[in-house]
Amino acid sequence: MTGSRGILALGAHLPHRRLDRTTIAAVAGGGGGKGTRAVAGYDEDATTLAVEAARSVLRGTPVVPAALWFATTTPTYADKTNATAVHAALRLPGTALAADMAGAARSSIAALVAALAGGGPTLVVTGDVRPGLPGSADEAAGADASAAVLVGEGTDDAPVLAELVGRASRTEELLDRWRTPGDARTRQWEERFGEKRYVPLGTAAFAAALADAGLEPGDVTRVVTASPHGRAAKAVVRGLGVGSEAPGDDLAATVGNPGATQPLLLLASALEAAAPGDVVVLLSLADGADALVFRATDAVASWTPARPVADQVAAGAPLPYPTYLRWRGHLATEPPRRPEPARPSAAAAGRSSDWKFGFVGSEDRSSGAVHMPPARAAMHGGAIDDMEARPMADAAGTVVTSTIDRLAYSPSPPIVFAVVDFDGGGRLPVELTDCDADEIGIGVRVEMTFRRLFTADGIANYFWKARPLRAADGSVVTTTTEKAS
Amino acid sequence: MGSHGIRDRVAIVGMGCTPFAEHFDKGLDDLMVDATTEALASAGIERADADAWWVGTAQSGMSGIMLAKALQLEGAPVTRVENMCATGSEALRQASYAVASGAYDLAVAVGVEKVKDSGYQGLNAFPIPTDGTNRTLTAAAMFSMVLPAYAERYGVEPDQLRRVAARIASKNHANGAKNPKAQFRKEMSVDAICAMPAVAGQLGVFDCAGVADGAAVAVVCRAEDAHRYTDTPLYVKALSLVAGNGSGLIDPTYDYTTFPEIAAAGADAYRQAGVTDPRAELALAEVHDCFTPTELVLMEDLGFSERGQAWKDCEAGVFDLDGELPVNPDGGLKSFGHPVGASGLRMMYEAWLQLRQQAPPERQVATVAQGRTLALTHNLGGYPGEMVSFVGIVGTEPG
Repeated sequence: MTGSRGILALGAHLPHRRLDRTTIAAVAGGGGGKGTRAVAGYDEDATTLAVEAARSVLRGTPVVPAALWFATTTPTYADKTNATAVHAALRLPGTALAADMAGAARSSIAALVAALAGGGPTLVVTGDVRPGLPGSADEAAGADASAAVLVGEGTDDAPVLAELVGRASRTEELLDRWRTPGDARTRQWEERFGEKRYVPLGTAAFAAALADAGLEPGDVTRVVTASPHGRAAKAVVRGLGVGSEAPGDDLAATVGNPGATQPLLLLASALEAAAPGDVVVLLSLADGADALVFRATDAVASWTPARPVADQVAAGAPLPYPTYLRWRGHLATEPPRRPEPARPSAAAAGRSSDWKFGFVGSEDRSSGAVHMPPARAAMHGGAIDDMEARPMADAAGTVVTSTIDRLAYSPSPPIVFAVVDFDGGGRLPVELTDCDADEIGIGVRVEMTFRRLFTADGIANYFWKARPLRAADGSVVTTTTEKAS
Repeated sequence: MGSHGIRDRVAIVGMGCTPFAEHFDKGLDDLMVDATTEALASAGIERADADAWWVGTAQSGMSGIMLAKALQLEGAPVTRVENMCATGSEALRQASYAVASGAYDLAVAVGVEKVKDSGYQGLNAFPIPTDGTNRTLTAAAMFSMVLPAYAERYGVEPDQLRRVAARIASKNHANGAKNPKAQFRKEMSVDAICAMPAVAGQLGVFDCAGVADGAAVAVVCRAEDAHRYTDTPLYVKALSLVAGNGSGLIDPTYDYTTFPEIAAAGADAYRQAGVTDPRAELALAEVHDCFTPTELVLMEDLGFSERGQAWKDCEAGVFDLDGELPVNPDGGLKSFGHPVGASGLRMMYEAWLQLRQQAPPERQVATVAQGRTLALTHNLGGYPGEMVSFVGIVGTEPG
């Protein structure tokens, strides 16, 4: 559909690791449960997760966002905007407004509603690394993930996949859960209290949104319910009057609840499976209730998400619970006896922003040689200042040689490191992530991912790492297996 | 680009070297005073006789004042130089060129490093503010990437190549055991070295150079004046330096089985010295064995072995103390230890002892008595893909 405003693209990003909830109780003395939760790497935070989701959404569209709203319950910085790092990594124009909507789970719904209300092409992006003390319900039920939704006026090149046909909100001041910034845990009032308040709010918002759309509950193809209050989310659905097939998977068993990301993750998951004409309702219970009624357009039939949620749910590698505790800072271990890295220079980082955040090298016009980092003097041919920008973030590469550094400082030793040659030119000696040390060797195929290398003096030092490409069965792709397939 | 060299125009007429060790009881000044006193005595001169001084340290001090204060040199031109781990060689190169230019009659090159005051194992560069995108690997990890690349290119079994690397360390331990100034004076078997805890890639602790404090000093003068100071001077045949442009880190044609900077410095040095067959002409070579794979590749880059053959030559004992071309008869960085700014001059100190047949009998190389008169020192700083390389050649016979 062209002309009208709606969702042009969307997607989500799940980190590589999964924690098996059944492994928690033996260590923590309680907690855990069934299924798995998605776990961010030690080098990921809300910002880096958001970048990955946004990259996969923007990769398939010609639309350039004029605004970026970043919603998260776990921002890396206060006082400093987090969305600017996402903006830089995506290489959005400087004229685009990038801002945070941070703090509570409801932020993402607010960002989506604001984007749908008008303005130019707008990217709503979320990322969350949910906290929780060992053995807590939040630890087991939470998740780390990100999502992105691109909203704008449809065009032939970028048609609307889903249009907003109705919406309603209910706001109420109620103290169900709260967290002081910096705390490792969220506190919650008696669960029954929240459920008693949320269910009527959700029911009312749902009914009002359907009325706004001129639809009946029976018209709803799919309803997905997001809420920090798991019991309320389940309970409210029973009274909505929708068909028995309508309630969608809340991904609690496989992914968990990733805070502000949850509504957009569930929406992405639902729209991936939607057929033209389907009515998809996103119902969120967070400090009130919000219901958004979407209708999938004809364009959804030919839409292929870059990285479908379903595929990512099926992928992932197990993470031992003690490693999870270490990554979260709940298990302090002896650091390598090496100096910790110095904080990056704000001035130097500012000068090289396109390299550091955007992974843009330079290409010598005369020799064609790719220089990473970008350079003024060419390595071949003697030219100076005859370079053009060469974006490398989406280039795949191959490991030429590799090592495991057991001595160097890392938040999660040992460091896996490789010399990578990129398809189409360019070489970078680079740290690897999302892999086990014994998976890496000559010939392994890799892609780039935006990460936080370390934190020093409170500064999150963002840059890129390589991670192995993986086949559907999770095995690492090599030049040999690639040729065979 | 090109170099004319200063073949036979400058001579080394005195040298000194402290023991390399964890000198927790000696400071930077002590090390400089000890090594300089020994070197000046061996040349039979006083501090005031020297016209100019160069002091090399990677990061133990700043400016020529560090030496002028320690030795109380009054009104002397003193310059601090730094070129990473090739710093000591750089000090010698500067002093030699100054004398060759005619600006000075007598110059002194001092190399020193105090690394054991940092509180950390290994070497640690001081932080220069950056954008935070530079890698933070250890040098061991950077050099360890040579082994898989070499094994892949030449079809050597990784486990066999790992034992070759250990044999290099074992050889250098055997040599160092015979050296009273060396940090590690213990023989180590290949099996024992392979059994050490892994540090990086296939490398264990004993594939890495010793980290030590120390100083080494050389006194240089014009060749025609040499016999005023000693009957047995060493004539400088070649001094070559290449600072790499770092292209190996960004250029996919670089394959991690060679160090082009070293091949270039070696070729230049051989040209300066008139050496055409180094394996047959040199009496010994002191090379920068910071990690075992480094020495392996150096044998090829310096022309001692054919490409892809060094691992076989190492296995065959070609570079053993009693081999065809003894390499690192003093134990090398591996056993002698590596006080960064001192190592280049320490290598020259071994050439000084060996070519003049003053090394302890148990490690005196036989090649000198057989008539070979040349020694090579090779000193590098940096990593594969990005390094500075120095090659020097000295001899007992003037041209």
